Amino acid sequence: MHALANPSRLVRLAGTYAPWCAVATVVTLAAGLFLALIASPPDYQQGESVRIMYVHVPAAWMALFCYSCMAAASAVALIWRIPTAELAAKATAPIGACFTFLALVTGSLWGKPMWGTWWVWDARLTSVLVLFFLYLGYIALSTAFDDPARGSRAASILALVGFVNVPVIKFSVDWWNTLHQPASVVRAGGPAIDASMLAPLLVMAVAFTCYYLWVMLLRLKSEILAGKIRAIQLRRMHG
Amino acid sequence: MLTAALAIAGREFRLAVRQGFDSLLAVVFFVLACVLFPFGVGPEPAVLARIAPGIVWVAALLATLLSLDRLFQTDYDDGTLELLALAPLPLTAVVAAKVAAHWMMTAGPLLIAAPLLALLLGLAADAFPALLATLALGTPALSVIGAIGAALVLGARRAGVLLALLILPLYIPVLIFGVAAVDAAAFGLTVRPHLMLLAGLSLAAAVIGPPTTAAAIRLALR
Repeated sequence: MHALANPSRLVRLAGTYAPWCAVATVVTLAAGLFLALIASPPDYQQGESVRIMYVHVPAAWMALFCYSCMAAASAVALIWRIPTAELAAKATAPIGACFTFLALVTGSLWGKPMWGTWWVWDARLTSVLVLFFLYLGYIALSTAFDDPARGSRAASILALVGFVNVPVIKFSVDWWNTLHQPASVVRAGGPAIDASMLAPLLVMAVAFTCYYLWVMLLRLKSEILAGKIRAIQLRRMHG
Repeated sequence: MLTAALAIAGREFRLAVRQGFDSLLAVVFFVLACVLFPFGVGPEPAVLARIAPGIVWVAALLATLLSLDRLFQTDYDDGTLELLALAPLPLTAVVAAKVAAHWMMTAGPLLIAAPLLALLLGLAADAFPALLATLALGTPALSVIGAIGAALVLGARRAGVLLALLILPLYIPVLIFGVAAVDAAAFGLTVRPHLMLLAGLSLAAAVIGPPTTAAAIRLALR
């Protein structure tokens, strides 16, 4: 882990792995879209609109996954005082916010034909909306100070406090009677979804994860380089 | 340690009393925000009675939010916070004392004003004890969570708006259970489970809040 704390080495590692993540994203996304849109059967009740699931469910998984990564990186940054972990958390936040927004929008588009409404105030939808605001709060707090280091440390504390929402989202469909259906892939007794639909779903989830890693590494690298440029410019100005 | 914590809480009270009307601004805002609703949704008694718990709770939440900027900002500006952080008393205890004092000074007036407003809005008589109980049990969580946010935004640009963005999402669970309890009472259902959940939220917040707030203050003082 201490190898990753060295910014120069991290930039080199990010430069090495980002192209591989890009290739993996393109390949899995192409395969996943083919399986999801063409090769998989329409649902016997929902018809063709079930295909929204192949974007909605992986996006919702990534929304939680990104926040968990952000909270873990923030904990590492606060406990071991590793600034590069803060940068990783900072690089994750906008990606996670976009995935959360995507999950909310696709869920809304799916809800209209299936439930007959764009939005219901049930526990799952509300808690995901709160997650979206937590991402926005993190981004706003991390950029609200003249000293960037102060901002990212304050935001790290906020990320840890907001982590209480993640289990609430995960279990909201079990704790409350919601219109949103309970988990059907990761559950006791095996997935309650047919293999012809599970395969494209999992491929899409892998594609989304690769995409996250790719963009996160790029953002991390540019963040570190921007910090170095700032330091050089400051040194020049002060002679 | 208890004497020192009490001294800090006492200082907060004296400051509030000597600043006079300043400390009552939050409750004035609370009353005004509630009074806006009959104009907004119309004076229909049935509608107002139905949404009265939500109005009172949302207004209480916003009033608490408005009062948070006084919690650490003035002490941060004049350097008192640095001295408190250097004191032999642990910063967590300082925070706990300040938050407890803040809670008594904001929730106290709200608890007095809330029944009057509920009366104006025509809340069912059965729901009055539940309204007071939920406010009494829920507002500690509001103060404690708010203190985390108030400490995090110390020294930030546009701290007030930022504080709202950070804190309001975390207030939503308290709001949900608070309103659910009053609604249950108005419909003649059992209130106990909601009250227990609210008390649980406040207790959990009281455990997590002060150490987190102390960490955020140390960060601001560095």
